[in-house]
Amino acid sequence: MSELLQFLFSGVTVGAVYALVALGFTIIYNASDVVNFAQGEFVMLGGMATVFAHAAGLPLPLAALVAIVGTAAVGVALNRLAIEPARGAPVVSLIIITIGASIFIRGAAQLVFDKQIHTFPAFSGDDPIRILGATILPQSLWVIAGAVLVFVALWLFFTRTLLGRAVLATSNNRLAAQLVGINTNFVMTLSFALSAGIGALAGVLVTPITLTSYDVGLTLALKGFAAAMLGGMGNPKGALAGGLLLGLLEAMTAGYLSSQYKDAAAFVVILAVLFLMPQGLFGRKSTDRV
Amino acid sequence: MNRLTTTAIATLMALGLAPAAQAEIKIGATLSATGPASFLGDPEAKTLEMLVEEVNAAGGINGEMLELVMYDDGGDPNKARTFATRLVEDDEVAAIIGGTTTGTTMSIIPVAEDAEIPFISLAGAVDIIDPVKAWVFKTPHTDRMACQKIFEDMQKRGVTKIGMISGTDGFGASMQAQCKGVVGDYGIEIVADETYDPKDADMTPQLTNIKNTAGIQAVLNPGFGQGPSIVTRNYKQLAVGLPLYQSHGVASKGFIDLAGVEAAEGVRLPAAALLVADILPDSDPQKAVVTAYRDGFEKKTGTPVSTFGGHAYDAFMILKGALEKAGGEPAAIRDAIEGTTGYVGTGGIVNMTAEDHLGLDLTAFKMLEIKNGDWTIVE
Repeated sequence: MSELLQFLFSGVTVGAVYALVALGFTIIYNASDVVNFAQGEFVMLGGMATVFAHAAGLPLPLAALVAIVGTAAVGVALNRLAIEPARGAPVVSLIIITIGASIFIRGAAQLVFDKQIHTFPAFSGDDPIRILGATILPQSLWVIAGAVLVFVALWLFFTRTLLGRAVLATSNNRLAAQLVGINTNFVMTLSFALSAGIGALAGVLVTPITLTSYDVGLTLALKGFAAAMLGGMGNPKGALAGGLLLGLLEAMTAGYLSSQYKDAAAFVVILAVLFLMPQGLFGRKSTDRV
Repeated sequence: MNRLTTTAIATLMALGLAPAAQAEIKIGATLSATGPASFLGDPEAKTLEMLVEEVNAAGGINGEMLELVMYDDGGDPNKARTFATRLVEDDEVAAIIGGTTTGTTMSIIPVAEDAEIPFISLAGAVDIIDPVKAWVFKTPHTDRMACQKIFEDMQKRGVTKIGMISGTDGFGASMQAQCKGVVGDYGIEIVADETYDPKDADMTPQLTNIKNTAGIQAVLNPGFGQGPSIVTRNYKQLAVGLPLYQSHGVASKGFIDLAGVEAAEGVRLPAAALLVADILPDSDPQKAVVTAYRDGFEKKTGTPVSTFGGHAYDAFMILKGALEKAGGEPAAIRDAIEGTTGYVGTGGIVNMTAEDHLGLDLTAFKMLEIKNGDWTIVE
């Protein structure tokens, strides 16, 4: 029994990490249909910048704030310098641009920061919380709370605010959105800033668990992307559910089957789900008017 | 050839290091100073540059100046092979040092063997010198030796049943295989065998299974990078309470910082003497060598010393010893390298033979235990 509970805790911890990364994908995707493959780099920047700001003497909360704002600025710069100049290009080209941007950011991080692995202290100490013979670290609760909070905020943003609907409108039809008075350039800038900020927040929350270095972004982005696809790209609910499901799948496979096939089992399930439900668990059905 | 030499001399003159006019011995090196293995190759390259400078400043070897021809293969075996060919055919070097990784080393071996040029590798795998190849030597200890050192220590503590949790990266997988190969010699049985991906964020499911395996007395974690730090943290989180052994792959201060002082308490691992230069007893034959190299390297580069630079130091010093004895002929150099005995280096005391082109025994490793966030030597 305590075994199952421990596997659950592990799955939820890892799943919340994936969910936070997956949530970052949703805004840019909703605004422009672009899957931003530099999202993992935003997570890395959040973690690394916090580490270095903290090492430079800033208290941890302030260091985290600096990192999040700084990363949001990088997101805006990415939009201004790389995405906007290619505005007329097809979505596939834009996605490839984000892949290039991720390689560039990773290289720059090697030079600006360093190539070592870093971490900073967990927010509420390292003493595990014991429940029925299983344990969970306080930092895991921070990550889970962060994922739920971001999810709620995004859900409210997209369904209850004018700005959120403007983002969705821009994605649906840019020209029509402009015609009804939406400043689409501002919407794009905003969505990159928010996505980068959420990525950086994820980096801040998960670093005490996953540790960070200039190259963590790639793996995190892949897992986050898989989670987002599983849940349904663009839907915050899907990102949260997909992340948690992926984490639980991995933990259960490692616990009950074999740690060798952990990743394989998770991806087989994802393939099966996408085969039956190509839009993901909570994806919106796309209907094209002819 | 002419242009290359001219360029090399021009570069040296620009650096204010114009070599003496004649009588030079050329040493070749192809290292991974950049790329994914740069944390290995970079200190190696800096070490070789530093040592060649020192030797030339002291008047060279038997009055002949050394010239170092160094290429950066970026960790790419194809490039390493190209550069090795260039070293042999264009630069006409007397010996090659290099092959930062096992991959690059394997691609240099056929070139060195065909051209009959002595080659000292700086990479880990035991396959490089087993079976023995006439012209190939290496300086770093092997992961098999690390396994043996760990099992020897377990045996002393009366451990007979262990669990293993290994990374699936090259380092972890190779050491896992080597450990399984020698574990029987020590009367130890592996009763739980788990793995993790090097980028995983949580290993509690695997450790829970190990913890719940009946009769387990100790746990061994062959791995590299961040994985072992996370394993060590999870190990404490689950309060497994058994001796935990890490590999030489994490033998650096960074490991203690990442795992946390509390979680790392009591963890044992094998490591080279270089890491613990300060706490070696004065009677230790390696003390003088490792302290001198560490101080020299840190003064020259301003970066902390690593065991990898130490491998390059040993390779160069063994080659230097051979050059002093044998002069500049490749065949004579090869015989002299193979005849190296009693060389005290950063990696241990080297006694090469025709059957052993590494020449280290288990005393090359010190068994360390982490206490209060610092290393102590286990006697």
